[in-house]
Amino acid sequence: MINDKVEIMSNNSETIKSEPVKIERKQIREAVVEIVSDSGEGAQKCGQSLGTISAKMGNGVWTVEIIPAEIRPPARSKAGASGIRVRMGSKKVTNMGDHADMVVALNEQVLYGRIDQNAYKPGTYLLIENKWATDTEETNAAYTESIQKFKALGYIIHEIPMEKECLKHVSDPRKGKNMWVLGLLCNIYDRDLSIAAEQVKAIFSKKSDDIIQSNIDLLHAGYAYANDKLPMHFTIPSKISKEDFVVMNGNEAVSLGVMAAGIEVCSMYPITPATSASHAMAEKMESAGGLIHQAEDEIAAIGFAIGASYAGQTAVTITSGPGIALKTEFIGLAVMAEVPLVIVDVQRGGPSTGLPTKVEQGDLLAVLYGAAGDAPKIVLAPSTIEECFHYIILARKLAESFRTPVFVLTDANLATGVQPFPRPKIKSAWFPDPIDQSKWEEGVKAYDWDPDTGLSKRPIPGQKGGMYTLTGLAHDEESHVAYDPAINQRAAESRSRKLAALHKTLKEPKILGDKSGDLLLVGWGSTRGAIEEAVERACERGAKVSSLHLHFLSPMEPGLKSIFKNFKKVMTVEINYSDTIGNPLITEENRRYAQLAWYLRAQTLTDIDCFSNVYGQPLSPIQILEMLEKKLDLTLTE
Amino acid sequence: MISLKPDFCDIEIPEKEHYSIEDYSSSKARWCSGCGAHTILHSVQKLCTDEQLPPEKTVFVSGIGCSSRFPHYMKTYGFHGLHGRAFPVASGVKFRRPDLHVFVITGDGDCCSIGAGHWVHAIRYNMKMVVLLFDNSIYGLTKKQTSPTSPLGTHTNTHPTGSVLPPINPIQSTLGLANVSFVAQTVDWKPAHLNATLKKAYDHPGLAFVRIVQRCPIWMRENYEPTVKDPDAITVLNHENGIVLEEQALKKFRHIQEHDPSNLVKAREIAELVKSTTPIGLFYQNKEGTRYDEYGAHNLGVPVEDRIDAINSLMDKYAI
Repeated sequence: MINDKVEIMSNNSETIKSEPVKIERKQIREAVVEIVSDSGEGAQKCGQSLGTISAKMGNGVWTVEIIPAEIRPPARSKAGASGIRVRMGSKKVTNMGDHADMVVALNEQVLYGRIDQNAYKPGTYLLIENKWATDTEETNAAYTESIQKFKALGYIIHEIPMEKECLKHVSDPRKGKNMWVLGLLCNIYDRDLSIAAEQVKAIFSKKSDDIIQSNIDLLHAGYAYANDKLPMHFTIPSKISKEDFVVMNGNEAVSLGVMAAGIEVCSMYPITPATSASHAMAEKMESAGGLIHQAEDEIAAIGFAIGASYAGQTAVTITSGPGIALKTEFIGLAVMAEVPLVIVDVQRGGPSTGLPTKVEQGDLLAVLYGAAGDAPKIVLAPSTIEECFHYIILARKLAESFRTPVFVLTDANLATGVQPFPRPKIKSAWFPDPIDQSKWEEGVKAYDWDPDTGLSKRPIPGQKGGMYTLTGLAHDEESHVAYDPAINQRAAESRSRKLAALHKTLKEPKILGDKSGDLLLVGWGSTRGAIEEAVERACERGAKVSSLHLHFLSPMEPGLKSIFKNFKKVMTVEINYSDTIGNPLITEENRRYAQLAWYLRAQTLTDIDCFSNVYGQPLSPIQILEMLEKKLDLTLTE
Repeated sequence: MISLKPDFCDIEIPEKEHYSIEDYSSSKARWCSGCGAHTILHSVQKLCTDEQLPPEKTVFVSGIGCSSRFPHYMKTYGFHGLHGRAFPVASGVKFRRPDLHVFVITGDGDCCSIGAGHWVHAIRYNMKMVVLLFDNSIYGLTKKQTSPTSPLGTHTNTHPTGSVLPPINPIQSTLGLANVSFVAQTVDWKPAHLNATLKKAYDHPGLAFVRIVQRCPIWMRENYEPTVKDPDAITVLNHENGIVLEEQALKKFRHIQEHDPSNLVKAREIAELVKSTTPIGLFYQNKEGTRYDEYGAHNLGVPVEDRIDAINSLMDKYAI
């Protein structure tokens, strides 16, 4: 169970103090808490509740789920670690943070995976279930060995009889330990107990009163235990207005965005980590005037959406990378035949089925170029949970104005990350106007391309006089199959011209930090919080580093080339693969670049470096700071 | 021009409008001379005229292949999409547009090979639409490759010494699928039977699956000519609830078999016994099957205020 890495680390940290330090109620700016357990023990529910309670108290929050690949992996195994990280702060929190300050482990074995991922540091509190110390001879040996290892690594250990305490209130401690732990954490971090009790009620609102009461009892019991037995207690003052806020994850935000965009058909096929974006709307989609169609496969899902859109219904299909791969042929058809469609790609690790539950920004080039022939389409990338909501509404507007598919690229980090944001006020303007089924004007063709912008009106079945046959074959303005080669050139220009027309309406991206300096970091999507926090911390230490974050990837936001000229170096920060300089085989000539870097180099003819990796983890500010230290030859982390 | 008017089903068609067969004809069909698709096109145009289908309310959805060029030759709305993918598109069209008359035009490769997965589910969805399987047992547009319905031993460019697998029987397969509601077979060279079959299919309240045995004069002449010329090659399924032919037309067939289309077990038996003869007629009909398009149409036209209320009530769940 103990791997090499832990052995090496423990050898190096013998001198680190491992005894608990007595701390009286101390005020802190923020805290990173992890709850890890075997799957099915409710760690995520516990952490989500802690996040919601904190958000309700006016704290900034960001949560990240720790998900194994299987539903029920073997118990007490490193690979089976399931859980959640909650970062709570006085100010707005935009990313998962660096090392955890506090970890609650429902068994000690699940900690190894997190230690491998460098999630903890010397001084991190580990609160460990101690029943394994007496369970069986085998678990006792493993337990004792682990505790020694962890102490040697400098973690501060508290062994806690969680199950024993829970048994005082429930017969099956596996069903309830999570609420006891929630109570424990509420005491340690001075969370409002009445808000916590309300949250417990909300979680179990569909259960019987007995179940609600026993969970509230557990919450109180955990709270009392920490009060009596644990020495560390913290307060995190709230500085954020809590007026009219909502707290949800990115998939839930997408889901609500779909409804708020007036989309009537959501056609999908289950795929991790995208599926839950359809779960969240399932309950209310019908009363909001829409329906979810679960198709027989990914291809049928997009075909159905395209059919609905062709017939005048606003449609979305939600999927992840492997789903996009299957849908690609239909995406090409939608581009060719100019069918409006919103496509949400909740990216996960790849290629192939890759890392289903883990984060990667690996689909950018695939959605830009992965089609038969030249298929220009609009690609957007929200960077926060709040943007996940608003970008769906924007995507629908663009899809129908420009008569083209629009991608919204989120990822597993946004999908499961929870963050509070101001409650959107639903506007009737977001809803579609009724279809104009009045007579199609005589002489107007089905693809009456404006030669400058490529834009055209589209007729919809039911509209008299507008009859045409949509086709994926090259076609002229009347949608007749093109036998004259000049038609194809003209049509391709028209489809492409739409991107240039949209580009004209975009603003230059905002720069965080000075407009010139030693280094500019460029990011897209979910990495924004970590990049911006790293840049702010680096600037505080005198680094001349700035960042900008792209939301429009096709067409690309304007002004980049001249922005880049003001920096000595430009590099992208992404979660996808790139060759790292240093391997003897890797040269300037053969280096494979991260996807945005590759694309920006081509677009701007600028020598753009990149920092990326595929550990399947969200980037943390400290990782970016450590990279900056090397690039800028400065000390930024300690 | 985005979504639907709450009352879009009520759009008025001027009463005195009359559509003649020319109103459904677009450009000249580019199929080979002698191809059975020409007859089918004419028969479909006749159906549209007989039923006075408003061209703007009629949608022909196809996949890829010779058959799938069909929508281009109709003067209605059409969707000529991807190989094997006509069913999902047609389902998407019909799902929230119950006012449209939807036809699916598909071929033996399109339906029974590359699109077989969608075929299974389209039968299960049972949306009201007419599916015409143009089955010439050969890949025509790509110039003579084996089709899933090519008879065993057919010489093709991919199997020059004869195809090695027994063919799929589309009627037998469809009859075996869940929620099957209408299965008929006809041939392109018996126009009276073809017309009557299309009419029966059009009147069916769910998904009407019609396999049309179709001549390919270029690649499969030797396969079809004997059948076309031999009066013994066809058996007509006859029943008052089936495809009803006028007495005069019925007399032209030598073999007539009584078959009640409500009898699924018997229908399967007949479908399975196809060896020396081609049975044409209505194999099976069930008007009571669950229809997915009825689910798709059930909450059309929710007012904007109600939509906003629903979203806000969901948003409350996340409010802090």
